[in-house]
Amino acid sequence: MTAGGARTREVVTPDGVPLRFAIALAGDRAGAFLLDYLLVLAAVLVSVLAIFFLVGWAGGADLALAGALLALFLVRTFYFTFFELSWRGQTPGKRKLGIRVIDARGGPLTAEAIITRNLTRELEVFLPMTALAGPDAVYPGAPAGVALAALAWMLLFGLLPLFNRDRLRVGDLVAGTIVVRAPDARLLDELVAAPASRAADGFAFSLEQLDVYGEYELHVLEGLLRDGPAARPDALAAVAARIQEKIGWDAPAPDDRAFLRAYYTALRGRLERRLLLGRRRAHKLDRS
Amino acid sequence: MTVVLKSAAFRAEREPSWRELEGLLDRVERYGLPALASSEIARLPALYRAALSSLSVARAISLDRNVLDYLETLSARAYLVVYGTRRHLRDALRDFFVHRFPGAVRAHRRHLALALALIALGAVVGHALTARDAERFYAFVDPAMAQGRGPTSSTASLREALYAPRDAAQLLKTFAMFLFQHNATIGLLAFAVGFAGGVPSALLLFTNGLVLGAFGALYRSRGLALEFWGWVLPHGVTELFAVALCGAAGLALGQAVVFPGREERLAGLARRGREAGVLAVGAVALFFVAALVEGLFRQLVHSVPIRYGVAAATFLFWTVYLARAGRRA
Repeated sequence: MTAGGARTREVVTPDGVPLRFAIALAGDRAGAFLLDYLLVLAAVLVSVLAIFFLVGWAGGADLALAGALLALFLVRTFYFTFFELSWRGQTPGKRKLGIRVIDARGGPLTAEAIITRNLTRELEVFLPMTALAGPDAVYPGAPAGVALAALAWMLLFGLLPLFNRDRLRVGDLVAGTIVVRAPDARLLDELVAAPASRAADGFAFSLEQLDVYGEYELHVLEGLLRDGPAARPDALAAVAARIQEKIGWDAPAPDDRAFLRAYYTALRGRLERRLLLGRRRAHKLDRS
Repeated sequence: MTVVLKSAAFRAEREPSWRELEGLLDRVERYGLPALASSEIARLPALYRAALSSLSVARAISLDRNVLDYLETLSARAYLVVYGTRRHLRDALRDFFVHRFPGAVRAHRRHLALALALIALGAVVGHALTARDAERFYAFVDPAMAQGRGPTSSTASLREALYAPRDAAQLLKTFAMFLFQHNATIGLLAFAVGFAGGVPSALLLFTNGLVLGAFGALYRSRGLALEFWGWVLPHGVTELFAVALCGAAGLALGQAVVFPGREERLAGLARRGREAGVLAVGAVALFFVAALVEGLFRQLVHSVPIRYGVAAATFLFWTVYLARAGRRA
């Protein structure tokens, strides 16, 4: 879940258990917004065309214009709110990019929070966009210096997510929400060999041989073994040789994978027994 | 040597319940909660708590990184389903208009009073300045909004704008839509810019007052004051209320930023922001009502006394509704 060194944020559930969430990347959020915005534009276009189709050109351009303005306003204002309410913190764009909104303090995501975080979008996104497209519409008759300063001020709001650790935009700050990667880790097969299998039987390690490594090395080994068939044989061979040299293994070990699995099982057993007694061993240099 | 790891035995024992929860979550995430049978929904909280307990145990005894990541993910997904928003839109709406919105307004009555005072101040200043020098009208009113009305317009054309004939209804419908969109956007802006210390919100309220005052002075100079206010107030009461609500929400945000009080600044902002957001959404509903009154009623009824009557009635209605609704006796 925390792959790629993503920043994480710990949220304590109402049941008192801390859960870690990976903060959504700024790029993912921008992508989700673009996707959503395209959908909004498409929806407005469709509704305007539908009005034309129903009323016909005879109905007059006024009515169509009114419909278009109303549709743009309603869709733009309520699209995000509607989807985040009914899809539990996701819009179509967010779902596509695998991110979602949660309450930053671990409580339930309330309707108010969703409404609030989406209302400020007007200030953060649409105002700077209008200002960029046509400065005259936003501050008519202002001298160039003032216009430039106002634009910088608005961009500062818009780009706020890039300047804080949790990638919060103004709406998130105001509503107390946070956007995280939608959790999606899968349960893989157990690596520990079944007790009766041959793989575990062929090898016996002494305590000295197991005390060479710590949890960090265990997890690296787990990662290598979990690559499954994709793990390159030469990588397995290199790691097996390195471990055998380090722990002074002199018995024959024809199958690298079987050897590594057996060592993984034994090492995990040893470290977990220490863990039960409250003695963690973080890595091989940790001699506590 | 046979190896039986506690963590492996633990996983073997608990895995079926994890898998069951995962299956339910997959369906909920794809098709929504209604996809589950009621017996399955009843299982959900129990499975969620079982997953949380498994996670706590696993953190204490297991060094299998994949199992830990998986359980953390599973608990997080279940947490999002169990504690996510899950109210029917109809219930949410009723609760909003009966309890939330009037309650939020009452909680912000000081901000609302300040916002109304700012608009009134703007109106008085705009009125006084325009009355002194008619040319100032152009400084306060955007040409697009004035629609050709100004100090140079004839009295007859100004009067005509107040009593638009019905055959121009189409055009006025557009105008009402535009005003709804325009006003609602200004209102939401007044809320959103409150984040910047509340000053921009105050400024927006004040300038809105200026426009109103400038129009008032223009019409008064032609002896049309009575008719003008009869034209503005039927929808204006609702609309100004809505603008003031948005402004009040913005001021509350500004207060949270500038004077956090005992709370941590960000926590206070989050709390106030949610409350103020309720005001802003309610205000949009008010804008909609105002646009309806403006687009339909005003075109159909030309009698000045009735117009004043409607203005008074809407004022009474909003005051009673906002002051009383949802209040426990």
